[in-house]
Amino acid sequence: MSPRLGGRKLTFDFISFIAVFLLLPLAIFLIFVISPFVQALYYAMTNWTGFSPNMDFVGLDNYVRLFNDSTFKQAMLNNVVLALIVPLITIVIALVFASMITVGGPSHGQVRGLRGSSFYRVISFFPYVIPAIVIAILWSMIYAPTGLLNGALGALGIDTGQFAWLGDANTAMGATIFVIVWSMVGFYMILFIAAIKGIPAETLEAARIDGAGRFRTVTSILLPQMRDNVQTAYIYLGIMALDAFVYMAGLNSTGGPGNSTLVMSQYLFRTAFEKGQFGLATAMGVVLAVLTLLFAALIIGVFRLIGGKDEGGRA
Amino acid sequence: MSTDTRAAITIDRHSASGKDVRTTKSTAGDKVVGGVSHVVMVIWSLIVILPMLWTLIGSFKTTKEIFKSPFGLPANWNFDNYVSAWVDNNFGGMFLNTVIVVGVSLVLVMVLGAMCAYVLARFSLPGSKVIYYLMLAGLTFPVFLAIVPLFMILQNMQLLNTLAGLIVTYVAFALPFTVFFLFSFFKSLPYEIQEAAYVDGASEWRTFFQVMLPMAKPGMAAVAIMNFLGLWNQFLLPISLNADKDNYVLSQGMAAYASSAGYALDFGQMFAAVMITIIPVLIVYILFQRQLQGSVSQGTSK
Repeated sequence: MSPRLGGRKLTFDFISFIAVFLLLPLAIFLIFVISPFVQALYYAMTNWTGFSPNMDFVGLDNYVRLFNDSTFKQAMLNNVVLALIVPLITIVIALVFASMITVGGPSHGQVRGLRGSSFYRVISFFPYVIPAIVIAILWSMIYAPTGLLNGALGALGIDTGQFAWLGDANTAMGATIFVIVWSMVGFYMILFIAAIKGIPAETLEAARIDGAGRFRTVTSILLPQMRDNVQTAYIYLGIMALDAFVYMAGLNSTGGPGNSTLVMSQYLFRTAFEKGQFGLATAMGVVLAVLTLLFAALIIGVFRLIGGKDEGGRA
Repeated sequence: MSTDTRAAITIDRHSASGKDVRTTKSTAGDKVVGGVSHVVMVIWSLIVILPMLWTLIGSFKTTKEIFKSPFGLPANWNFDNYVSAWVDNNFGGMFLNTVIVVGVSLVLVMVLGAMCAYVLARFSLPGSKVIYYLMLAGLTFPVFLAIVPLFMILQNMQLLNTLAGLIVTYVAFALPFTVFFLFSFFKSLPYEIQEAAYVDGASEWRTFFQVMLPMAKPGMAAVAIMNFLGLWNQFLLPISLNADKDNYVLSQGMAAYASSAGYALDFGQMFAAVMITIIPVLIVYILFQRQLQGSVSQGTSK
């Protein structure tokens, strides 16, 4: 019997096919994605500067250094704040909008959505397709002392005296969070609308016949049915907020007043490509990756706890 | 969630027809809820649209006019800002670089991704589970973890600061998403047709390119649109791996221009540069708006 692989004869046709179809993309993926991830774990334990080929193994020294570095701790704290606040605000707004659009119609007859909802959907989704760096630069111009925001407030009779929204430690973070939320709400609104539409119409009708109002319909029918979608959204948004590099690069590339908007990714980039401390920078990358995994595990755990409570209510 | 796969009756269809068989009058509560919903959605739409409108109008105005009144129309409509952004600030060159990098990467990642997904989905080879989980890891870990070693790998291969280097990293990092999405797509295609192609004497190569790939067109289109947007908007990879000014792509050029000028920024030219960067994605969005929202919706059933 001739040699076989995966139930097929090893002909030239099959071997060349596998080589090109599987091994070629796999090689690219292993060289440029997987191997850097693996190398990072090693480089993070060296004092490599990138300028010389020599490096010493320093064990966990880089991590000790990082956790004694007040700037890094500040950046990490900012990331944690972003990861907690950005998903929460975005998801709440997106859920409210999605509910309004899908069940905001009249309370008699069938459960109906709002008129003109496709218009709102097309408009809201719009920021998702615009490059994040463009969004960030655009909003830095809006927030500028002579920008659109101060102009619009002035037109409403509120004199802000050319206030620099991103230049004040009190407002910089809030202004930044608003921009991220602005760019993300539309995408998650569409995602939630799709999830709501996946709920059988009979379920909604039954709730209505049982006398549930809109608010009750949303809290007792829609939300429990959408738990998985909300969980996924929370994880994606959190991962995005733990990175946040693009937004910060456009809004306040130096880290903001008193480092109030500095995030780990920015600090990592600066340490690697401006200071050339490759070993230390890679250690920051490891911390970022660990935080990302912890965050995902935390969210899954929390949602499992919430989910366990009324599992019986799910059809 | 188990309920996601059930046949759904779309709620919108009923509202689109506008006619209610039971012509009950709307209650006061209906009007309040409907009214409030509309007001909220209109306000949000304005918050989204006004900055865009400000940019569009501003791209035709002088910086002085922009500061005088944010939404006033320009004294004379001309493309001066566009010309100076395109020529003097080299956004034309960057546009060309972006088109080359994104175009080539997109074709490569679609072909390689489709081939890889096809093999993983339809041939039971030893180790394909491992490859699948490696792809999942590639999708989960932050790119920042890889960025420094990636820099060194490209430097050792003499690919740092070249368009070719950028293309190969774009392909590598877009591959996991592409393979994942197409994996489930190829899995769902009927086996009989593949068998029929073999019986007719088609080689593995021919079966893929002439039989299976054409059947996967809808899935390919959806992934290609998502990849186009993702690659066009890519920022971290070019600013870390492509420091040569002649090879700049639009996203990094915008950031460099904005930070070099600071508060002394020429708003008019910046707006024109923004328009140059976003017009291609806007065209794609408007043309493929339905498919795009469709593929977002598809993600919910996973």
